[in-house]
Amino acid sequence: MSGSTAITRMPFDQALQSFEPVLGLETHVELGTASKMFCGCATEFGGAPNTQVCPTCLGLPGSLPVVNAVAVESTIRMGLALHCDIASWCRFARKNYFYPDMPKDYQISQYDEPLCFDGYLDVVVATDDGPREFRVEIERVHMEEDTGKLTHAGGDTGRIHGADYSLVDYNRAGIPLIEIVTKPIVGAGSLAPLVARAYVTELRDLMRALGVSDVRMDQGSLRCDVNVSLAPAGEPWGTRSETKNVNSLRSVERAVRFEIERQAAVLTDGERVVQETRHFHEDTGETTPGRSKEHAEDYRYFPEPDLVPVAPSEDWIEQLRSTLPEVPSARRARLRDEWGISDLEMQTLVNAEALELVEATIAAGVDQGAARKWWTGEFTRVANEQGVALEDLRVTPAHIARVEALITDGSLTDKLARSVFEGVLAGEGDVDQVIAERGLVVVGDDSTLMSAIEQALADQPDVAEKIRGGKVQAAGAIVGAVMKATKGQADAAKVRTLLLAHLGVEE
Amino acid sequence: MAAITRAEVEHLARLARLELTEGEIDHYAEQLSAIVDAVARVSEVAAQDIPPTSHPIPVTNTFRPDVVRPGVDRDEIAAGAPAWEDDRFRVPRILGES
Repeated sequence: MSGSTAITRMPFDQALQSFEPVLGLETHVELGTASKMFCGCATEFGGAPNTQVCPTCLGLPGSLPVVNAVAVESTIRMGLALHCDIASWCRFARKNYFYPDMPKDYQISQYDEPLCFDGYLDVVVATDDGPREFRVEIERVHMEEDTGKLTHAGGDTGRIHGADYSLVDYNRAGIPLIEIVTKPIVGAGSLAPLVARAYVTELRDLMRALGVSDVRMDQGSLRCDVNVSLAPAGEPWGTRSETKNVNSLRSVERAVRFEIERQAAVLTDGERVVQETRHFHEDTGETTPGRSKEHAEDYRYFPEPDLVPVAPSEDWIEQLRSTLPEVPSARRARLRDEWGISDLEMQTLVNAEALELVEATIAAGVDQGAARKWWTGEFTRVANEQGVALEDLRVTPAHIARVEALITDGSLTDKLARSVFEGVLAGEGDVDQVIAERGLVVVGDDSTLMSAIEQALADQPDVAEKIRGGKVQAAGAIVGAVMKATKGQADAAKVRTLLLAHLGVEE
Repeated sequence: MAAITRAEVEHLARLARLELTEGEIDHYAEQLSAIVDAVARVSEVAAQDIPPTSHPIPVTNTFRPDVVRPGVDRDEIAAGAPAWEDDRFRVPRILGES
């Protein structure tokens, strides 16, 4: 399987001393249209195999494609949000290849006439010297159709190697895709992996803000091809590798870092980097060679004769421009001011990919400080431990709102709240179910607490004497004993207040 | 005369997954050259003022609304498939073919 052969790597910092990384990112995103790019089949994820297909997306003879108007509008809006020029006239092209993921034996794409071109996206990465902005230049944004899904069967691994045959589901074939291609990203140096991740994150947020895609990376609706090359000192370019289908934000960062370390080792050994397609492995964080470019791909592109050109009028473009929402960077600045937090605190939320979740939690009635604390603290830790995205945890903004309300009315302590979330995260149910199931109730009534306090004082007469003598800091030992006696289900601050009042000692 | 070489025919054959005999390669090189020549004659007629086109009628922006329409029943598709398994098209193994 993956990672079985050791790949030589040079430590990252050392690699950066001799080489300048150059990145290129090609991002494919499934648009959130109801129907496919060229036919009326549904695009819904998760349907039974081959139930969302028709003669057009199955490539049957005599069928003809017709372009989905919303897919064109979504692409133009994305292009405008990326500050691109919009082509006044452009065509689709056939990309010819034999592979059973496309039953037509070609994919309808765009070739030398993309709908949008020459734009940019500004991204911010955190550095030791504070946030730093990078401008990622966009080469093009074009339209195409997604391919079918192959399952390799017969082999023991489910991977293509060793498979005896493949099974094909064409539900995904023909779903509208946009491909966003950057110009070479140079000058990021050691920040290159972070810039790559920040770029894809920003793209994702932009598309969500535009409503052109819900961008579910776990469902494969955003896929990234990561090109990395190293320029040796004094040379403009090196040979690049292309790592295909990197499917999470974290993986984008790791793939860039790995390729820098691998290529630096290759070059330092006096070898040449092979121009090739590589595959990223989530489990090891490594890339391994895929199809060789020995037979250089020859797709024989030509203008798609079954479709007429797309020629958006100035009026149409301006009308679409007027529908652009607040861009994520402006939104962050607005929320920062609304919540009264610093740039650094906002950057922490963005880096933790917690901004939407925190916003939703505040909308659910939770104080901004508490909302931020839970998401960037406890939940980020759990998500990292489990290697999943924050948004894929079982906890929701509504859960936090419920817990915070219970803390406010004294039914939960901070400590008990953690226990509640532990249960929620483990799938034990919602907040109230976990509280009932785990018996998490603050021991709140004064008489129960007082008898525990009296017992603790009786057990530790020397400590009691110290407190009476004015050594207030000694109270901790009694409070600790009471907390232990109540199995942690008392409010420690309240116990302390009761204890001092009982002994007639002032703070 | 835009001659298509034997090497070009072999390249095309590989892209099209066709296995050609030596005789067929010669035969197709000759035929394809004749076709390319015939098409080239169009360029002689088309002057500078006639722009190349990919479509016979000057129409743009033919779109359909984003509305879902029912597709084809799966049993019907299965009946037309050369091989079918587990509700999906069964195709030969993919690597090791070229």
